[in-house]
Amino acid sequence: MAVREIRFREALREAMSEEMRRDERVFLMGEEVAEYNGAYKVSQGMLDEFGAKRVIDTPIAELGFAGIGVGASMNGLRPIVEFMTWNFAVLAFDQILNSAAKMLNMSGGQFSCPIVFRGPTGAAGQLASQHSQTFESWLGNIPGIKVISVSNPYDAKGLLKSAIRSEDPVCFMESEVMYGDMGEVPEEEYLIPIGKAKVVREGTDITLVSFNKTMKVALNSADELAKEGISAEVIDLRTIRPLDYDTLIKSIKKTNRMVVVEESWPFASVSTEITYNMQLKAFDYLDAPIRRICGEDVPVSYAPNLVAAFMPSVEKTVRAAKDVMYVVK
Amino acid sequence: MAVTGRAKRKTTTRKKKPTFSKETYLEWYELMLLLRRFEEKAGQLYGQQKIRGFCHLYIGQEAVAAGLISAIRQDDPIITAYRDHGLAIAKGISPNACMAELYGKATGCAKGKGGSMHFFSKEHNFYGGHGIVGAQIPLGAGMAMADKYLGKDRVSICMFGDGAARQGALHETFNMAMTWQLPVVFICENNMYAMGTSVERTSNVKDIYKLGLGYEMPCFPVDGMDPEAVYAAVHQAAEHARAGNGPTFLEIKTYRYKGHSMSDPAKYRTKEELNAYKGNDPIVKVKGILLDKGYATDEDIKAINAKVKQRVADSIKFAEESPWPNDDEIYKDVYVTPNYPFIKD
Repeated sequence: MAVREIRFREALREAMSEEMRRDERVFLMGEEVAEYNGAYKVSQGMLDEFGAKRVIDTPIAELGFAGIGVGASMNGLRPIVEFMTWNFAVLAFDQILNSAAKMLNMSGGQFSCPIVFRGPTGAAGQLASQHSQTFESWLGNIPGIKVISVSNPYDAKGLLKSAIRSEDPVCFMESEVMYGDMGEVPEEEYLIPIGKAKVVREGTDITLVSFNKTMKVALNSADELAKEGISAEVIDLRTIRPLDYDTLIKSIKKTNRMVVVEESWPFASVSTEITYNMQLKAFDYLDAPIRRICGEDVPVSYAPNLVAAFMPSVEKTVRAAKDVMYVVK
Repeated sequence: MAVTGRAKRKTTTRKKKPTFSKETYLEWYELMLLLRRFEEKAGQLYGQQKIRGFCHLYIGQEAVAAGLISAIRQDDPIITAYRDHGLAIAKGISPNACMAELYGKATGCAKGKGGSMHFFSKEHNFYGGHGIVGAQIPLGAGMAMADKYLGKDRVSICMFGDGAARQGALHETFNMAMTWQLPVVFICENNMYAMGTSVERTSNVKDIYKLGLGYEMPCFPVDGMDPEAVYAAVHQAAEHARAGNGPTFLEIKTYRYKGHSMSDPAKYRTKEELNAYKGNDPIVKVKGILLDKGYATDEDIKAINAKVKQRVADSIKFAEESPWPNDDEIYKDVYVTPNYPFIKD
């Protein structure tokens, strides 16, 4: 396979463009996606290639254009709805929760909604409390949709293509601070199945689980732990709903210890769900309670030190891992 | 008087009232009577706890469904809110499938998964009854967007109540539907009360159709107690959209004889008001036309009445005798993707 390095945003763009070339019914709509070339340049050049019929600028009306997307998906199209950030998508949650996620069920299987809602999530520097939130656990709670949250260009492309081909509605999370990240992506077409986690680093002493940009915290923590002779296995969830419990259980059976790292607030978070399932399904394999590093249980403030204090860090993660290992120092 | 957003356009000036055939009046009479009798039975069956959940009856609003349905094509899709029984039957879903859905039976038009508020039929281009006030407004525009995108010669009929007219979704959708000239007819069935709150109490703008003006959308008030008026307005709006001229907003003024839902005694309005509307009943009116014009005899009317009564009775028998859905249906129709790994602790 020919492999080259491309940016995260290019991987997303390739995924959308390839699927739009493949299927006339796929189109992109959202704020600034067309003439502005994307608020974060994800859709750069797509208007030129596909024209205004298929790359559609919307007014700032998340509830309205998300609903129009859902209606279009009920009636033969396969929309990609871009939110400038998932923080703004909250205005459209009614259409995701009550229309897209419910349509197949309340119509007795007659109307499906093959639609992708995508955009960046989480904190992205000093953006203060209203622009710094994560929604994986909120949306992951909803039967009827799938939730994907990616950490690198390779997964972003392969999973976005699968999301666009999904017959069910998909919420797809990226990150503003990762759009410039470089990563290896094959020239050839590939798809990554939805619902499969990935062991990105093998280890024997403890399992670190994460997704989206806190994967960097997990991987850097594994490096730090290695310096102290602790071998950490690192798992990238990639899909939040459906969650790949099997890969986690398999890892726990090997390492007997786990720390989950995520940017979300702690209450009813992805880590809560993982912890419940691990104690249920792998209780006899655990040598210590599972720990988690979440965002702190507060809104994210503006000052740089307050942002840093909120966010999961290598320091917090290494400390938790050592606690789980019963390493005193 | 009609107020139009684009007064210069010929298509927005009201045409002369069309004339209607004997067949049309007969169809209207039979359909409206069927909706009335179906809903009366639904109300009784609710009292007997055969029908549960929330149940919103269409009684009084039949002329809207009748006039509308004869003004559009069979493949024109309709989407509406939770007061959906009348429109669903008018669109062609059988009373059997509708009654079975009210019972929650497997033979219902949503396999017993939707109930009163969520009738659906892909076969009949009925895109559902929707339970969140106003949420179906952008869906209706999206349906129209898809038809335009795919080059289909269809017009979406997007229905909602006067309560939904105060939702933000309406304004966002009107704006985009006009900007993109989508083939959609927005219809507010103004039955005067958003649950218990009268139109007058919800806004400074009491003529709901005027909300179209803010988006330069052609918009008109329509007498919803008269199927002729409904037909004329909807037909004009639908053909306007079909010709590529974009949306129209119709405020069809109607009235529900019953409360908002089965639990509502409707104490917020007067008997005099209710009786005034009942005095203008569309079924009585169309029956009068049939008899006056010699389109039907008393015997003919009796025959239709008996036929309708039988259809409703048959639907109840069908619903009673139908099976419940199997328990394992709860895991079906949640995802199209096969073998979705549901969490089962």
